[in-house]
Amino acid sequence: MAATYQDYNEMEMMITAAARELEDNTIVGVGTGAPCAAAMLAQKTSAPNLVIMFEAGGIDPILPEMPITVGDSRTYFRATKAGSMADIMEAGARGMIDYTFLGGAQIDMYGNLNSTMVGSDHQHPKVRFPGSGGANDFASFCWRMMVITPQDKRRFVEKLDFLTTPGWLKGGDSREKSGLAPGAGPYRIITNMALMDFEPQSKRMRVISVNPGYTFRDVQDNCGFELLKAAEIRETKAPSELELKVLREEVDPYGFIIGR
Amino acid sequence: MSLPIIAEGVGVLFANPDPDLARAFSRTKNRGQRNKVMSLKQASAEFVHDGDYLATGGFGSNRTPLAACHEIVRQKKKNMAFAGHTTTHDFQVLCAGKTFNRVDCAYIVGLEARGLSPNARRYMESGAVEVTEWTNYALAARLKAGAMGVSFVPVRSMMGTDTFKYSAARLIECPFTGKKVVLLPALYPDVCVIHVHEADMYGNCRFKGISVADIELAGASKRVIITCERLIANEEIRHDPSATQIPFYLVDAVCEVPFGGYPGNMPYEYFSDEEHLKEWITVEKDPALFTAFLEKNIYSCEDHFQYIEKNGGLHKLQALRAKEFLLKTGA
Repeated sequence: MAATYQDYNEMEMMITAAARELEDNTIVGVGTGAPCAAAMLAQKTSAPNLVIMFEAGGIDPILPEMPITVGDSRTYFRATKAGSMADIMEAGARGMIDYTFLGGAQIDMYGNLNSTMVGSDHQHPKVRFPGSGGANDFASFCWRMMVITPQDKRRFVEKLDFLTTPGWLKGGDSREKSGLAPGAGPYRIITNMALMDFEPQSKRMRVISVNPGYTFRDVQDNCGFELLKAAEIRETKAPSELELKVLREEVDPYGFIIGR
Repeated sequence: MSLPIIAEGVGVLFANPDPDLARAFSRTKNRGQRNKVMSLKQASAEFVHDGDYLATGGFGSNRTPLAACHEIVRQKKKNMAFAGHTTTHDFQVLCAGKTFNRVDCAYIVGLEARGLSPNARRYMESGAVEVTEWTNYALAARLKAGAMGVSFVPVRSMMGTDTFKYSAARLIECPFTGKKVVLLPALYPDVCVIHVHEADMYGNCRFKGISVADIELAGASKRVIITCERLIANEEIRHDPSATQIPFYLVDAVCEVPFGGYPGNMPYEYFSDEEHLKEWITVEKDPALFTAFLEKNIYSCEDHFQYIEKNGGLHKLQALRAKEFLLKTGA
């Protein structure tokens, strides 16, 4: 069967790329779906001592399968603690959480996210989404915020309809000036086409590597704002045979996330 | 001298954060150790009023008082304010009854990985509901301030965002460090419902798994309705007082409702009924079908048992129990 591990789909590429960003002996606050899969993959490959936290209170579970919600009983299966939301968020506020993965309907060039609404009248939205949930808190508190999302012009927009969750706000030093804790902020944006970071001065989104089969032009064509380019744009390393094997057989055997 | 306010949200405050009003209410509340066991029907009629500020415990579809949400809808409570704190299926049920017209939003409309509720979206997009934005931690912290008996709590999230702009929070300069800090008004709900594993007749409660914000919620709310999987003897509580998470003096009613968290997940008891939750979302796409669905599943039901019987009964519950314990069954 080894031959099948040569091929991979874009979700597998994104999850693998995300997993590789997680250093061992750190703590990550995750939600369900791809971020959870990335954290599980990291635990089973490069970061065996990575600790997972869920916003509802689950601390350090040994996940038997993919949770359906961030508060179901899987999120504290054989965990070290079944705590509270305040336990998690206050650990974050104290600087204890290294990473988080967030998402949204829209993202701008500073990594700000919208998960609240589409439209211009807050009391009468065209489309109502869930709102912040714990995203604004995680983005405010966790040292490195990451986003896993499809590269799409409607998603990567010049201007958000609603700024739910802080990225680098207006760029430069605006985030720190707002009162948010210094040193924390958006770190990586992981899409089906590329990996982005943020240029240190302007805090604008910058392409650092493109996934196999894509060029910088493809990424730019599927983005609603001008992207910066790193001095040298690498090619993202494709998922290895081991990464794919663990992802398909142990992390997501039913293919809920990776769609296999 | 008062501290200058650097910025404040434009959102409406739906509950008064004055701790003395909450204290005055506590003074009039019967806090004695008396038998508080009653039916959910009676508790809802007595303690949930039109126009009240309501909050639900648990996490959306996890240890959530869903039997109580059904009963509140069945009793056609209206014009309530609601704490949309990590709310998913509970929000969906209350939207079906058009129970509230004001929402403190942290997480609403969605059911996490299951998708968005079409009916909750329609309701929230109709303009019928006044919304003030918060975050999950902000609402947990507001409840914590309520439980502390103070009027506000400082936090370091929400800055620089529209979430702040459409909240009722304020940004000030900290008098100790000179750094900016967000002040959140305390939240004192008029009434809350919390679903737990075990309670005695006085309202001493134990639950397993994550507490989410329920200890804060019980401490902050003026009236507390408990639904429990099982009633236990007071002797059992006294045998292990360290296990008591919600003490009796906070509680007004104790309703024994086995499977009161169905179709959600009750940790160590039963997993969520994903098939049925999917049916809710599917059927909501068609308003006519949805009306019939609500008639069948809520309005024509005498209680939660009837609802469960219509959706698989004991066989279903047994399968969900196996699923909770990750057991592979024959089917």
